[in-house]
Amino acid sequence: MIRAENIFKSFGEVEVLKDISATFEQGKTNVIIGKSGAGKTVLLKLLVGLLQPTSGNIWYDSINFNALNKKELRELRMKVGMLFQGTALFDSLTVEQNVKFPLDMFTKMTKKEKLDRVNYCLERVTLSGANDKYPSEISGGMQKRVGIARSIVLKPRYLFCDEPNSGLDPKTSIVIDELIHSITVENNITTIINTHDMNSVMEIGDTIVLLNEGVVAWRGTKGEVLESDNKVLQDFIFASPFLQKLRKAAVGGE
Amino acid sequence: MRTTFARPEKFSMYWKETMRQMNDIGIGSLVIVGLISIFIGAVTAVQFADQLSGSLIPRYYIGYIVRDITIIELAPTITCLVLAGKVGSNMASEIGGMRQKEHIDAMDLMGVNTAAYLILPKLIAAVLIIPLLVSIAAIVSVMGGYIAAVPFGELTDPEYVRGVRSFFVPNYVFMMYVKAAVFAFILTSVSCYQGYYVKGGAIELGEASTQAFVYSDILILLADLVIAILLTG
Repeated sequence: MIRAENIFKSFGEVEVLKDISATFEQGKTNVIIGKSGAGKTVLLKLLVGLLQPTSGNIWYDSINFNALNKKELRELRMKVGMLFQGTALFDSLTVEQNVKFPLDMFTKMTKKEKLDRVNYCLERVTLSGANDKYPSEISGGMQKRVGIARSIVLKPRYLFCDEPNSGLDPKTSIVIDELIHSITVENNITTIINTHDMNSVMEIGDTIVLLNEGVVAWRGTKGEVLESDNKVLQDFIFASPFLQKLRKAAVGGE
Repeated sequence: MRTTFARPEKFSMYWKETMRQMNDIGIGSLVIVGLISIFIGAVTAVQFADQLSGSLIPRYYIGYIVRDITIIELAPTITCLVLAGKVGSNMASEIGGMRQKEHIDAMDLMGVNTAAYLILPKLIAAVLIIPLLVSIAAIVSVMGGYIAAVPFGELTDPEYVRGVRSFFVPNYVFMMYVKAAVFAFILTSVSCYQGYYVKGGAIELGEASTQAFVYSDILILLADLVIAILLTG
């Protein structure tokens, strides 16, 4: 579980996040949503430690993330996997070398053990046989899957995904969503996804946090989304007239 | 800087990266270093031959001057000024590109000490290999002087060789290696710093590459003066 407690974040005079408190549960796909500029990416970067909060605390289970020294932070980070929006695959390494990189850096596994683990992860993301390809030789969806494989190779306890479906077609997005969700449940890890793809949210979001102008505007489950009267939530999700009609039909409106 | 010299997570990975850098810096720069050195030696010989014509100074001094100017100044300084452009901008672009594509963030998140992993192998490789390149530059430069002077009748083969072997001061070779190592450290650390802290897009990356080269060259020339004062004082 990850808990954000009274997080404030400013860049100079500009306050980007104000008093954010949220709990992201273990074994569940926790989703952060909000319009562009709401502070989703900043919150995600704070949670993984790429940025430091101006004030507030972040807890990884019982560990105060902000109080860790460099050595402890490095050890905790080995339990963290992240899928970046642009995948951040190393261009000059093959798919196999990309996925194997964390194993090479942090484990004393033999060559065979590493290869077995890499092949298992690639098979898990249905990319067996792509070992010798370079990132430039595979599609966007395949790159995302390699990114997922690399993020799970060290068996993380926490998984972060920054806009995992950006740039993907709807069908591939569903594949990525299902992959992330099944990995979360199988391994009982805490997964946090930053997205504004409402299809993803409604398909796999177990808990949802809506950010608006740097504050938590709503939190709940996907089941509560349709029934909520929260205006900010409704304006965000049902922005188009077509979806507004669908919602009215679903809740028995006019 | 302290983070760069921290203990490596896995020695074998750092070793592999250092070897790769030694190959890129060393083998990758041999041709350019060889070319500039031949011309440096040739021009020096030709210019001094002209200066000495009609004077009472013996002709064999041309070889002596080419050797000493090359060892003391031209080989380490010109070579490193050129390498600041070739190797330094390459380093700045490589690391800057990694920063922009979030490769550094990805490695940070895995728990890698990116300042150490990306920079330390480059520093070690440069400090080991660049003095070797400077040695090659010195030798090739003296040969360049020979090629420019002897076949064209400026002086004879025995005269040139006599000059190269005369009045040799071993301390100058020591000075050459001190300069080479210091310049190597400067051009690598400045270039890696520019790349590691780049912010923005393609234009900023280009600027970082240029600044890596410019700042390296300025600091190299400053260090050249300081070393000359310290070692000849």
